[in-house]
Amino acid sequence: MDERKIRVVVAKPGLDGHDRGAKVVARALRDAGMEVVYTGLRQTAEQIVETVLQEDADAVGISILSGAHTFYFTKIIELLKEKDAGDVIVFGGGVIPEKDIPGLLEAGVGAVFGPGTPTSVCVEWLEKAVAEKRAKEQ
Amino acid sequence: MNTEYKDARAKFEAGVAKLLQKHKERKENFTTGGGLPIRRLYGPDDIESVDYLKDIGFPGEYPFTRGVQPTMYRGRFWTMRQYAGFASAEESNERYRYLLSQGTTGLSVAFDLPTQIGYDSDDPMAQGECGKVGVAIDSLQDMEILFDQIPLDKVSTSMTINAPASVLLAMYICVGEKQGVPMDALSGTIQNDILKEYIARGTYIFPPKPSMRLITDIFEFCSENVPKWNTISISGYHIREAGSTAAQEVAFTLADGIAYVEAAGKKGLDPNVFGERLSFFFNAHNDFLEEVAKFRAARRMWARIMKDRFGVTNPKAQMLRFHTQTGGSTLTAQQPENNIVRVTIQALAAVLGGTQSLHTNSMDEALALPSEKSVGIALKTQQIIAYESGVTNTVDPLAGSYVVESLTNEIEKKALEYIGQIDDMGGMLTAIEKGYVQKHIQDAAYDYQRSVEAKETIVVGVNKFQIKEDKGEMNLLSVDASVGERQIAKLRKLKESRDNIAVKNVLDDIRTAAADESTNLMPLIINAVRSYATEGEICGVLRNVFGEYTENIVL
Repeated sequence: MDERKIRVVVAKPGLDGHDRGAKVVARALRDAGMEVVYTGLRQTAEQIVETVLQEDADAVGISILSGAHTFYFTKIIELLKEKDAGDVIVFGGGVIPEKDIPGLLEAGVGAVFGPGTPTSVCVEWLEKAVAEKRAKEQ
Repeated sequence: MNTEYKDARAKFEAGVAKLLQKHKERKENFTTGGGLPIRRLYGPDDIESVDYLKDIGFPGEYPFTRGVQPTMYRGRFWTMRQYAGFASAEESNERYRYLLSQGTTGLSVAFDLPTQIGYDSDDPMAQGECGKVGVAIDSLQDMEILFDQIPLDKVSTSMTINAPASVLLAMYICVGEKQGVPMDALSGTIQNDILKEYIARGTYIFPPKPSMRLITDIFEFCSENVPKWNTISISGYHIREAGSTAAQEVAFTLADGIAYVEAAGKKGLDPNVFGERLSFFFNAHNDFLEEVAKFRAARRMWARIMKDRFGVTNPKAQMLRFHTQTGGSTLTAQQPENNIVRVTIQALAAVLGGTQSLHTNSMDEALALPSEKSVGIALKTQQIIAYESGVTNTVDPLAGSYVVESLTNEIEKKALEYIGQIDDMGGMLTAIEKGYVQKHIQDAAYDYQRSVEAKETIVVGVNKFQIKEDKGEMNLLSVDASVGERQIAKLRKLKESRDNIAVKNVLDDIRTAAADESTNLMPLIINAVRSYATEGEICGVLRNVFGEYTENIVL
């Protein structure tokens, strides 16, 4: 079977400039053998979705610490659905209060990784999620 | 060293070698958090090369290793300056008055991201961000509300604002005017440090060249009109938060400082004069001894740089005065109460390092914006160190400690290596353009993460001593989405009620002046602010003339 490498877009939506977490996660995913595209700062939801489509990515990881998480996660999921890309896995992390997480999961976010999560946990979760997604597509 | 010491030391070492055969130490290699090797024991031979008068000296005297004042905290404590701001000007004003009533001695304003990046609250780019990580300020009107009943001649204010620093300083000047406080009586600081935005923090607007011009325009304007104002706070804080080591924090911050002094020199400003108004901002992390050494090394290095590189003879322009904030990124979402202890250790390091001003982080910051209760505990932490610990009763109590002096030397040596490499590259602007600084910071961040995951670095409650927790009970602060709507409504009303022809004229003046490098923009920006032109309008004009910076992504 021709096993395509996992392709992930790591994105920084909005005006938040704290990109240490995004960059550390991007490097960890790359070290785990995935193809990683990092968007850089100040991306609108539209720009992020455009990158996901152009890169034909399996997943998009969103890092946000500014409190605008609910706005951006929901908007990105909405736009993906509009573009018939609702199957793209959406996950993320940052400073996201526990009480907001159930709402995000309900909106279609696959997982939210809080501060202190080992990168290996993200890697394993994503490998599994992508495998399930690909199995469904076959 | 005398032979008696040498013999005694050799005898001691022989005894230790024997002991080690039976009882191994916890690790093969001990290092500081920043990776500097730490020896088992430090003694007089470790500081043999230190010349007291040349390298340490007396407090208040060159090279200021022991502090910038002869009596330090025996005279006056550091300024307890808690960084705060959220939602709208009304809510933040209430928080400031609470902090002042609790004994805080200076204000520090946190602006929301749209304000930091020059967007009004109704800009599409501001969606979802209004009032979230700081207060939303669109016009002088908001600033008047922010400082309502706060006398600007009695309180000093620090504003964490960089790319649009001139606009916010102009607003502060105009609020002073309305309160009847003249410009030359205002005291405080604007961060105004754009270089660290490109390296580590990301809230830039314009490309480096016009950004540097805005900064030196402020230097020039303030040296004539706002003489008590600290016109820049050269910030290592964000560099450290982005993942750098302690030595890199010192190196890159001082290298930024060198770039500012050079830029101001090119404009014809005298470093003996504007040098007095430069201030610094450092981080305090957990590795206590390394942090104390870092502050002492930074102070000595800056004095030497100003004297040797720039020929500065005015002692006040040689001293490195600094604000410290405890390390946000060291705080854990797990067992948040433990963060109170981390903050205490870090704050003590800052005090023993001789800081002029201190912000202590709140225990819940890895989870949300700090609540009033957690801010209160953070402030009390400083008060307990100041009033109860006794460390403030003598100046620089750790001076002469074998390990502290030795580490101070090590940090200086390591930081000078980085500065040398940056000089070889042609200076900080080139080093940033090449991604050199960013790359070093990111490598250090990744190394740290791997060392935590490999449990070489222990973080209590995260990779050891975990417990099952229920965070349901924490009372966290969240900002309502309606702040954005209210702010937009306020802005609409303002634009209907002000003299829009006057606004158009002052904005045109800025446009013309922006294109001519020899004009100082500050007086024009003050005029614009006074006629209630918004921050977004002023920055919009400058964006059109200067262009916008796009980052060079380094992974």
